[in-house]
Amino acid sequence: MIKVKINGQEQSWDGDPSLPLLWYLRDELGLTGSKYGCGQALCGACTVMVDKEAARACITAISDVAGREVTTIEGLHPTGDHPVQKAWRQVNVPQCGFCQAGQIMQAAALLNQNPKPSHDQIRDAMSGNICRCGCYQRIENAVHLASTGV
Amino acid sequence: MTIIANPDSATSASRRGFERHLKVENVSRRAILQTLGLAGGFVLAAPLLSRPAFAAYETGAGKMPHGTVVDPKIFVSIAPDGIVSILAHRSEMGTGVRTSLPLIVAEEMEADWTKVRVVQAPGDEVKFGNQDTDGSRSTRHYLLPMRQIGAMARAMLEAAAAKRLGVPANEVKAVNHEVVHSASGKRLGFGELAADAANQPVPAVDSVQLKSPKDFRYLGKGQVSVVDLHDITVGKARYGADVRLPGMKYAVIARPPVTGGKVKSFDSAEALKVPGVEQVLEVKGWPWPSKFQPLGGVAVVARNTGAAIKGRDALKVEWDDGPNAAYDSVAYRAELEAAARQPGLVVRQEGDVEAALKSADKIVTGEYYLPHFAHASMEPPVAVADVKGDKAEIWAPVQSPGGTREDVAKTLQLPPENVTVNVTLLGGGFGRKSKCDFALEAALLSKTLGAPVKVQWTRDDDIQHDFLHTVSVERIEAGLDKSGKVVAWRHRSVAPTILSTFAAGADHAAPFELGMGLVDMPFEIANIQCENPAAKAMTRIGWFRSVSNIPRAFAVQSMVGELAHATGRDQKDMLLELIGTPRVVKLASVKDLWNYGEPYESYPIDTGRLRRVVEFVAEKGNWGRSLPKGHGLGIAAHRSFVSYIATIVEVSVDDKGKLLVHQVDSAIDCGVFVNPERIQSQLEGAAIMGLSLAKYGEVSFKNGRVQQRNFDDHPVVRIDEAPLVTNVHIVPADADTPPSGVGEPGVPPFAPALANAIFAATGKRLRALPIGNQLAT
Ligand code: FES
Ligand code: FES
Repeated sequence: MIKVKINGQEQSWDGDPSLPLLWYLRDELGLTGSKYGCGQALCGACTVMVDKEAARACITAISDVAGREVTTIEGLHPTGDHPVQKAWRQVNVPQCGFCQAGQIMQAAALLNQNPKPSHDQIRDAMSGNICRCGCYQRIENAVHLASTGV
Repeated sequence: MTIIANPDSATSASRRGFERHLKVENVSRRAILQTLGLAGGFVLAAPLLSRPAFAAYETGAGKMPHGTVVDPKIFVSIAPDGIVSILAHRSEMGTGVRTSLPLIVAEEMEADWTKVRVVQAPGDEVKFGNQDTDGSRSTRHYLLPMRQIGAMARAMLEAAAAKRLGVPANEVKAVNHEVVHSASGKRLGFGELAADAANQPVPAVDSVQLKSPKDFRYLGKGQVSVVDLHDITVGKARYGADVRLPGMKYAVIARPPVTGGKVKSFDSAEALKVPGVEQVLEVKGWPWPSKFQPLGGVAVVARNTGAAIKGRDALKVEWDDGPNAAYDSVAYRAELEAAARQPGLVVRQEGDVEAALKSADKIVTGEYYLPHFAHASMEPPVAVADVKGDKAEIWAPVQSPGGTREDVAKTLQLPPENVTVNVTLLGGGFGRKSKCDFALEAALLSKTLGAPVKVQWTRDDDIQHDFLHTVSVERIEAGLDKSGKVVAWRHRSVAPTILSTFAAGADHAAPFELGMGLVDMPFEIANIQCENPAAKAMTRIGWFRSVSNIPRAFAVQSMVGELAHATGRDQKDMLLELIGTPRVVKLASVKDLWNYGEPYESYPIDTGRLRRVVEFVAEKGNWGRSLPKGHGLGIAAHRSFVSYIATIVEVSVDDKGKLLVHQVDSAIDCGVFVNPERIQSQLEGAAIMGLSLAKYGEVSFKNGRVQQRNFDDHPVVRIDEAPLVTNVHIVPADADTPPSGVGEPGVPPFAPALANAIFAATGKRLRALPIGNQLAT
């Protein structure tokens, strides 16, 4: 039995311990905000936070997060008003929106570690997150905005 | 009927048209300046065509399957609390259409946008009209119908209010969610009027007055955020993969690695040992060419997607590779090149190109190669189906809800009325989700299993089994006279056709492919010949955002750069000289000219507009600015989806061959427009997609098998290689310039502008994509 805290709630899993966290979240718990885009840590669509650090849920086995705290987009802020979320709306970042939960979680994790990243640092830290629609200019601007106060 | 009730402007002397244009330009320009932060100060050329002022324009909407439905009772409903629900009958894949079409209705009916809720319509084209969300058509086909629907709803609200107040209908007026009787000062909210308004007769389309554009609150104005914005940022927006039903099973499918192959045998023993895997079964495929039908294969069904994927990894399948097992991209390229060096089917002919090339002082030849591209939408194909008895319900991110319903009905042999297709948000589409094979897979599996099923494509599946963008060789020979004027132009375009996905043996381009940048080439040259040699398809070819325009614009606009270089001229000057005088291009020699399905009278090829976007972007993008060493500027312009776009790219290439895009400027003339904020985002995205396909875009085959699988061996552009700045400049248009495409036309000019910029920076002419390591020295 694996115990893990997800968005503040205790959960337990007695199935396959190697099941990727992404599918546990999406299919077993119904937390569908984290997305599948590649399954191999190549796109960032599945990004969540594990103990405040960004992690790719698609290659993180559920056993790897036993006893730890996972935050998904659904749990980032109770009313969806994390500075990154607010900045995202102000800049009208999304097109199709599919990559955006992962982008927002990555950006929030970046700001946890580096509250005032430079543009180069933003481009570097966000480079694991693909946006096929090409919202990059706005992503960069929104992270910058979130870091300077929305 | 009139579109805009402004009798003062109902004359159409061209001079007057010009003045009116300038005035409107200034007004709308201001709004754009405020919202997009553009710098001011430019003069526009006179629009070439002075159409009768405020005349309705014809579009091809009526010719689409099931045409257009203009009925407020179908599209609009008002609750007693005043909340107005407006149906979005087209699919949202990131263009903003789920916002912009309802916004048009809200504008005309005087609804307050904050009190509007958008409801997604299921697939039902008899009820809603055509729902194919492709071809950059939504705004151009639906601006007018949506305005009419809104105006009819407004008339019904006004009629209900007049009756309630006992006053003549012409004394009341809908204003911002109320109907006002100004003489008495009485006001009735939309909610109070809802029930009565619904009982009013629906007015005739022609009897309702549309608003004057000067009274617009939303259309063409500043930033209207998309309706799903909040949900997207909190993880609540629902895509195809997010649908969950009680008792639902999760499936992934192992498909034949060669298009047209099939299962010989399989061994499921190991797969069944994976915890969570419940069942392994063969699924039906269709013979090649399979249209939109599934490829078949072996499905692994599990209690969650992770288990299904792991089960599939453990599966052993023997395949019969079928007729395309020899497909090899290196050999195929050589075949295309050989074909392009021989005469082919003539599809446009003006003057005598052969003679003109013979007598030319100089011939410049460019042979360009563009490989297959995969769509790689961020959300891979996915669908949920629940088939029970003689009823089927589907939840899927499809661009063609109506077509999906018809195809599911046919595949399951059910009447279409028994099939419900619920349209989720699409995590990107780019043409991939116009084909509903993944929904058919889910429907067939659900029927077999007697349970709701989700079929999830992995990224590997997506790249390996796509309906790929074609692969092509474009060969252009341009003959110059002594003065450096281009007097002959022969363009041979050879590529497998989309028709081959539907008809065995189809080996020449369809009119709709020829019309995308080949026969519609707008240059003013005395001798022009376009040819289309045959090419046999060996995989599934499909529509990819901007389709054949990508290779054609790459070839034509790269050739402009080559000609500028050959004659020692500025690229932009060369481009304008080739475009020639402002005129409507006559294409008398072209049989079945494809004009994106639009009547030529409404949407002619207007070189005045093409010149204007070039001049506009040159001014806004500061063409000819001095650059640091190692930098270069490139320009390209292209008309597609009846819009005009010009793009300038500034690059630098360092001594290790590392490419950096410093700045992109794109100017678009898409006629009258709805939501400039989304036009801007579409063009920003088009620059990224253009850069992706130029740098990396390639799906190649060996032994019939796709050689790429995921974002490691099929990279796309990431944020750290995105252009440092992308500026979008919208050419303002007055309300009677018919709207045209936005979603696709930004892509084609990007790659040639990039190639021209790289040449300017390095002297290296790229004639084949992707760039890959061609810049490494
Ligand atoms: S799905 Fe996890 S990184 Fe792509
Ligand atoms: S918004 Fe579509 S992939 Fe990023």
